[in-house]
Amino acid sequence: MAETKRIFTFLLRFMAFCTTLSAAIVMASSRERTSVLALSIEAKYSDSPAFKYFVIVNAIVSIYGFLLLFLPSKTQLWRLVVALDAVLTMLLTSSISAALAIAYVGKEGNPNAGWLPICDQVRKYCNQVTGALIVGFISLILYLLLFLYSIHTALNPLLLEKS
Amino acid sequence: MALQSGEKSPMLIGSIWSKPRSRWTLLGLRLLAFLAAAAATLVMALNKQTKTFVVATIGTTPLKLSLTAKFNHTPAFVFFVIANGLVSIHNLVMIMLDLLGGNFDYKGFRFPMVAILDMLNVALVSGGANAAAFMAELGKNGNSHARWDKICDKFGEYCDRGGGALIASFLALAFMLLISFISILKLVNASPHHSISPNNNQP
Repeated sequence: MAETKRIFTFLLRFMAFCTTLSAAIVMASSRERTSVLALSIEAKYSDSPAFKYFVIVNAIVSIYGFLLLFLPSKTQLWRLVVALDAVLTMLLTSSISAALAIAYVGKEGNPNAGWLPICDQVRKYCNQVTGALIVGFISLILYLLLFLYSIHTALNPLLLEKS
Repeated sequence: MALQSGEKSPMLIGSIWSKPRSRWTLLGLRLLAFLAAAAATLVMALNKQTKTFVVATIGTTPLKLSLTAKFNHTPAFVFFVIANGLVSIHNLVMIMLDLLGGNFDYKGFRFPMVAILDMLNVALVSGGANAAAFMAELGKNGNSHARWDKICDKFGEYCDRGGGALIASFLALAFMLLISFISILKLVNASPHHSISPNNNQP
């Protein structure tokens, strides 16, 4: 039983690492150059600070996830993992929410401020950013599950295990 | 009594938070978080500025256009208002339960529910504050690559009030983090055989 729990947790952490890594890579590699009315426009992820924040946070979390895959199972460091999981889940929440807000303005525009949507001109860039946000959302859900699970295992608060 | 090296400090921290002094600390923090979140909600919800611009002049009569900046033009600010409203309602309910719900029978679910609800509210207020922060940065600096003009030079008061609401919301986030930490400590302390022992650490 303990063996299956360990394998299940390892798989979950590996999937969380993969999703954060792919979210960072997909967002960072989104780039499109088009020409509109003889003007050449290039759309990159670094045009918007919210997307840069998203890439940086996902990179940090994927490095953390990678290091955690190699942590031996019986050290005292798993208590520190509870606190670090909490902090990094909060960071992921904030980065997704910020990137979503800016991506919404890019897709629908804001007529009251005179901001036109840009998705019609750089469609491939928009699709790639959307994909990165979806993968980031999945990684947020996985990290939330991992955080709740690490609280339950390291602190045993709900008395669900008979010891 | 031979204590293992890793066990002494968590038990000491746990026992500090069972004294009645911690109840008033938690209540004070909840009151501060409620005030900060309510201030953020109200300031952002009542944030409105109208300005009239002269767009053209026909003969001698100028054509005036009146533009309004309101919070509900931007979905991120709507989410900000809703999130901060929910957090202030949550803190209010928790304060009421603590002060007035003395004989209420929680059937053992009190500490887990409070801890889980506090964590949910931290995530909520964090999401709302961050989305609004990045939208405010966009309004302040514009984005030259997407040809979005900044609006803060025309609607200065709207921007200032929005910034104040953001600061209040980040203060509420800091208080909610402390409250969530204390609630989790109370939860750990309250379970009769909480196993903070070395061989139960591996997931």
